[in-house]
Amino acid sequence: MSHLMGGFQGVLQRIGRSFLENIAVFGRGSLFILSLLSAVPSVLFRMDLLLKQIYIAGVLSLPIILMAGLFVGMVLSLQGYNILVEFNAEEAVGSMTALSLLRELGPVVGALLFAGRAGSALTAEIGLMRSTEQISALEMMAVDPLKFIYAPRFVAVIIALPLLVLIFNALGVFGGYLVSVSWLGVDSGAFWSQMSSQVDWQEDVMNGIIKSVVFGVLIAIIALFQGVNAIPSSEGVSSATTRTVVHSSLGILGLDFILTSIMFN
Amino acid sequence: MKKQTKVEIWVGAFVLMGFMALAYIAFQVSNFSDWKDRPTYEVSALFDNIGGLKERAPLKLSGVVIGRVDSIKIDPVSFKAKVNMQIDQAFNQLPIDSSVSILTSGLLGDQYVGLEPGGDEEVLQQGSEIEMTQSAMVLEELIGQFLVKFSESD
Amino acid sequence: MTEKAETLIEIKNLTFSRGERKIFDGITLSIPKGKITAIMGPSGSGKTTLLKLIAGQLQPDSGEVYVEGLNIHQLSRKNIYKLRRKMGMLFQSGALLTDLSVFDNVAFPLREHTKLSDEMIYALVLMKLQAVGLRGAKDLMPSELSGGMSRRVALARGIALDPEMIFYDEPFVGQDPITKGVLVKLIQTLNESLGLTSVLVSHDVDEVMLIADYICVISEGKLIAEGTKETLLQESTGYVNQFIHGLPDGPVPFHFPNVSYADDLDRIQGGLK
Repeated sequence: MSHLMGGFQGVLQRIGRSFLENIAVFGRGSLFILSLLSAVPSVLFRMDLLLKQIYIAGVLSLPIILMAGLFVGMVLSLQGYNILVEFNAEEAVGSMTALSLLRELGPVVGALLFAGRAGSALTAEIGLMRSTEQISALEMMAVDPLKFIYAPRFVAVIIALPLLVLIFNALGVFGGYLVSVSWLGVDSGAFWSQMSSQVDWQEDVMNGIIKSVVFGVLIAIIALFQGVNAIPSSEGVSSATTRTVVHSSLGILGLDFILTSIMFN
Repeated sequence: MKKQTKVEIWVGAFVLMGFMALAYIAFQVSNFSDWKDRPTYEVSALFDNIGGLKERAPLKLSGVVIGRVDSIKIDPVSFKAKVNMQIDQAFNQLPIDSSVSILTSGLLGDQYVGLEPGGDEEVLQQGSEIEMTQSAMVLEELIGQFLVKFSESD
Repeated sequence: MTEKAETLIEIKNLTFSRGERKIFDGITLSIPKGKITAIMGPSGSGKTTLLKLIAGQLQPDSGEVYVEGLNIHQLSRKNIYKLRRKMGMLFQSGALLTDLSVFDNVAFPLREHTKLSDEMIYALVLMKLQAVGLRGAKDLMPSELSGGMSRRVALARGIALDPEMIFYDEPFVGQDPITKGVLVKLIQTLNESLGLTSVLVSHDVDEVMLIADYICVISEGKLIAEGTKETLLQESTGYVNQFIHGLPDGPVPFHFPNVSYADDLDRIQGGLK
């Protein structure tokens, strides 16, 4: 009996502890986000830092985004063609490709790739800077790491991701054009006119852009928070990097559902 | 400082690429070009049945888009569907006795509003109501009518 | 010139714990201006933590740290940063910014805190690098430097803004004898030529004995001895003796606390229950 009670107490204790730990993480996270936001205006005075971070987050992610955009567009229109051709509606392949890209696949796949490419790099970089005492050294040199390290990266990610998603979308549409018009012989005029009559500027394009901005904020916060809270050792940094990719990916998919249900309802 | 210049050039090119992609999507892919704030005027029409007509469906004159459906409501007096349409100000010489009908593009395509011009001197303007309307064709009714006619001619 | 030096940093009743573990338990000590003060203690005694407390990077549980008469833990963020411009710190790893060259690392504090012209910064950086003997390495990246060289570059960076005090965190750990010698000489000459107040955290007794004017020994969260090296060397019993002369057994037992060996052996006979 007492053994049972002990087990029960143990379970309760564990639940209680993990609850408290989660609250603590949540609290630290909120404080971190607040201090990040408070440091955002300082980025305006340090364009040199911002540009460098946009280069690292955005320009260096271009190759993967370009390739992925092209291939996703090509696959989409190939699959779409095979289905639509049965209903003699293969001209609709353009609008189908464009709609899937602009509404869902562009922001989601773009953000997932970005989280894997730039988010993980960000966490690793900050974790390493902490474990090699570079952050402490900055503080000691009277340079605020919040303004010098975190805020420029935060803003850079939020700027870079929507631009990357736009490029991804444009390349995806182009890939769709290549496959359906140049390869499968869909009429070029019908391809474009169907597309532009179906794709709405505000509903589809703008909502897609809003999604990518939201995903950018999510990735930036997760990547920075994991970097700052990484245990300063090589295992600590590597597991924080993994957590960044896992948490951002799940966050992106979950938020995408929520945003879609708000936007397209 | 050479390194900083390289970064600046690349970031500049990157941002430019992003905006080019946006322009491509806006003008080539989406309906941005006819969504621009061109001056329009609003007219309305009452239909018995709008079928599958949706907001933002095109309003066409001889197959050319001249406006869009703005909103679809129920008229509280007649209990008919009241369709408000925005017509491009460029087409401000449409006779007041023009008629509108709900048509379908192709057999399975989307529905749109087709405008048939009348002959009156007076023209449609902001707030006008188009009197002559023809509802969407509903397949079941069509078959029903056909059957009735068929039996009468017997 | 009075014999008794002015106090620059004063620590009063400092208590700090990390989780359950108490790292400092009511430490009181003062660090004189213009001298080299060494804080010694075994590994894990929280010497680095003490430096971070002095620099205001960590908050104590209780007690105060006064730097130039200001209680650093009560200062606003802005004022702490202002005070830190008078501080230089040499981290154990050097902590150079890995994406900047040696030159840019040393120029970094100057670029961040001054509006000097590029020519002026160039001249100053070369001067600082010359002082640590690494002017020839200015175009190398931190990854191309040896551990000793990184520490010297970090030292040049630490003195770039001509601070009034400089903290050394374990400067001799893991260095070969020649590098140790170079660092000892550097710390000494910098202290003399710039009139710096140096605080040195270390457990390398030999090197510390060469340069420190004043030594504090910390163990188990308490200050157990302080004084000039002569006084400490004269101590022939107790912990200080064991630490300074590196004896394997003494107040710090050779064996990790445990049940008696005989009891443990009994358990073997009992079938390791």
